[in-house]
Order: sequence, then structure tokens, then C-alpha cells
Amino acid sequence: MRSNLSIVEISVGAFMVAALLALGMLALKVSGLQSTFQEDRGFHISTEFTNVGGLKIRSKVSMAGVIIGRVTRISLDPSTFNAKVDMLIDDRFREIPDDSRVSILTAGLLGDNYVNLNAGFSDQFLKEGSALPLENTDSAMVLEQLIEKFLGQKAMEAKPSSTHSEPEQPKQEPSHEKHKS
Amino acid sequence: MNAEKTLRLGQTVLSCVRALAAIGRSTLRFLNEFGQTGVFMWHVLVGRPQWPGSLQRWVQQMYSVGVLSLIIIVLSSLFIGMVLGLQGYTILSKFGADQALGQLIALSLVRELGPVIGALLFAGRAGSALTAEIGLMKATEQLSSLEMMGIDPLKRIVAPRFWAGLCSLPMLSLIFNAVAIYGGFMVGVRWLGVDEGAFWGNMQSMVDFHSDVVNGIIKSVVFGAVVTWISVFQGISSIPTAEGIGRATTKTVVYSSLAVLILDFFLTAVMFGEL
Repeated sequence: MRSNLSIVEISVGAFMVAALLALGMLALKVSGLQSTFQEDRGFHISTEFTNVGGLKIRSKVSMAGVIIGRVTRISLDPSTFNAKVDMLIDDRFREIPDDSRVSILTAGLLGDNYVNLNAGFSDQFLKEGSALPLENTDSAMVLEQLIEKFLGQKAMEAKPSSTHSEPEQPKQEPSHEKHKS
Repeated sequence: MNAEKTLRLGQTVLSCVRALAAIGRSTLRFLNEFGQTGVFMWHVLVGRPQWPGSLQRWVQQMYSVGVLSLIIIVLSSLFIGMVLGLQGYTILSKFGADQALGQLIALSLVRELGPVIGALLFAGRAGSALTAEIGLMKATEQLSSLEMMGIDPLKRIVAPRFWAGLCSLPMLSLIFNAVAIYGGFMVGVRWLGVDEGAFWGNMQSMVDFHSDVVNGIIKSVVFGAVVTWISVFQGISSIPTAEGIGRATTKTVVYSSLAVLILDFFLTAVMFGEL
């Protein structure tokens, strides 16, 4: 067995290991090839929404603007077709009333969606595994749906006037022809 | 009168033919050189390695080509990542979209900046050194004495250097990407206060491992082959004088930078442009 460890071989080995670590970092942390490790310093709760909009895994969960947790999983309930959002709440916030209202808001006009909690008045607190029902949630405001609704209203307002104007035009055309003849 | 006209016509035809011959000559010379580099590479690649010796020489070259380039790569990538974080934040925060900083940094690094800037730095640091080393070996007739001893200098000198360059550039650009993303993270999240979850979460949802990371690695393998090919060929074919070696070193850096930037366009067009 050779025992002369040359500085060349050691440094080339370190170089290889560094490159492998970089590849691992790019694979796991940057491209999210697998779900990244989650530090379990908190408790999980789940909620139902009719629509989560652009909410993503690792989106923030805030209360009064302070970040208290992260979204860990978004899935579809196969029976009700509602979205089920699992969240990890930091252990420091153990005393959140279990009738709190959960809503999905947007940061700015074009920003990311995030989950907001408004404290309720119950004496019972949220704990590991508690689920908030659909009545307690406000779904995401989807901008496209709002625009569609707004345009639909505009069209409804515009329709009565257009139905009035339509019968007038055929009347004008015959009179135009009469002038010619 | 008629004879004079014929004479003038003949002269015009002759000059046309001369121009054609000049074009043909330069094309042939170019093709000849290109063919020479091809034959040269063939000899380098085809040589069967003799196990313990070849591996040792390869490790030695990995050290001088790869490990010694590590400092410049790490240092410049850290600052490039930090600049990207700073510039990206000032522009994105104008639109209230500073959560998208992570994906901006990661995509621009993994797809473009990592392979390209890595290759340019590599050409300047390692390629020029390879050319100068081989050129000096030629000038001091070490190559011909190897040949006299019955050792093929292509196998002994050029092949391990080529393989080491080909292997080390992708590794260097992987390290470049990782360090630069952490640099951007430091500036964007720790200093400017972008939300950490949004930074990594948006990055993970936008960066795809196969189409972004793997394509970036393919790019840097191609760049590594081209840069080391140019540098060892310039070293072998340099004029064995002090001036010739200097000119060959300059040519290495110029040609390989141009080749990297031009190839990058075509590789990008094929990989991301849906050509």
C-alpha cells in the first residue's frame, strides 16, 4: 500500500468532491429535483380552499404581516374537488385560536400569493394536525376571473342601449333609398 | 483594333481566374489547417491509455488545470452572484416583483453565465498556460527528444492535458453556479430582505433539472473540449521562438473566447430556442 499522500492528489480529490457537492446543490436546492428537507420545528395544520390561485409550496404564511410559517403541500381533495393546503407553523405561535380565518392574498398587484391568518375568538388553539374547514377560508382572488366578471357586467350594461339602437338602423336604410329614388 | 479588344478581354479573364485561384488557395489552406487539427485530435484521442501512468499524469494535469483555476473561479463567481442579486433587486423591486429574484439569478447563471464566464476565465487562466507550456517544450526541443526516445509526445504530453481540461471545466462551472447562487442569496435575502422562502421556492418552481442544469453542463463540456483543443493545438503548432510562443498564447485566448461566444449562441438556439 502506498502511503505517500501527495498534495496534488489530495487537492484533486477535494476538487472532485466540491464539484459533486455543487451538482447536488444545483439538483436539490435550485431545481428542486426532490422535495427539500424540512426542519420540523413546528406543527402542521391543513385548510381547504375552493381555489388557491398561484400559491406555491414554500409560500409564506403570515399573521398581521409577520411570517409565522410555510406552505408544505398543496393537493386536490378527490371527493370535493377543493384544494387542500398543508402548512407548517412555527412552534413559537402555539396559541392561535382554532376559528381563525384563513385567506389567500397577493403581495402587490403582480406579486406572489401567500396565506394570511386572521385571529378568531375561540379558547381552543390550533395544534398538530388540526384542519380548518372551508367555511373559515377565503380563496385566492384570481385576476382573470375578476376581469371577466367586470367585462361581463359592462357587456350587460351595454346591451340594453345596443338593443335600442339596432331597430333604428334598418328603418334608416329604407329612407335612404327613398331619397335616391 | 480587333486584336487590342481580344487582348483586353483576355487580360480580364486572366485576372478573374487569378482571383478565383486566390479564393481557392485560401479555402484549401483553411481546410488543410482544419484537417490537421482534426488528425491531431484523432491521434490524441485514439491513443490507448497505459493504466497507472496515464491516470497519474491525468491527476497531475487536473491539479494544474482544474485546482489552480479554482481560486479565480470561486472569487469571480461570488462577486458575479452578488452583482446579479443587487442589480436584479433594484430592477425587480420597481415592479414589486422582488420575489422573483431567486429565479432570475438561478436561471441566468445555470443557463448562460456559469458555462460562458467559466469558459472565458478558464481560457484566460488554464488555456494560455497550456499553450505556453507546450510551446516552451517545443522550443527547448523536449518534444523531439521524447520522440527520439520512442515516446509519442501526443500521447504523453497532449492527451492527459486535453482530458483534464475536458473534465475540469464542467466541474468548475458547477462550482461557479453554486457559489454565485449563494452570493446572490447573501445579497438578496440577508442584506436586501427578499423573503427567503420566496427566493428558494420560486427558484425551484422555475428551474428544471433536465432542461436547465443538464443543458448547462452539456454546454460547459463542449466549451471545455473546444478551449483545450485550441490551446493544445496552438501550443504544438507554435513557432518555437519566444515571439512565436507569445503569439500562440494570444491566439489561444482570442480564438477560444470567440469560439465560446459563437458556439454559445448556436447551443442556446438548439437547447432553448426550439430551433
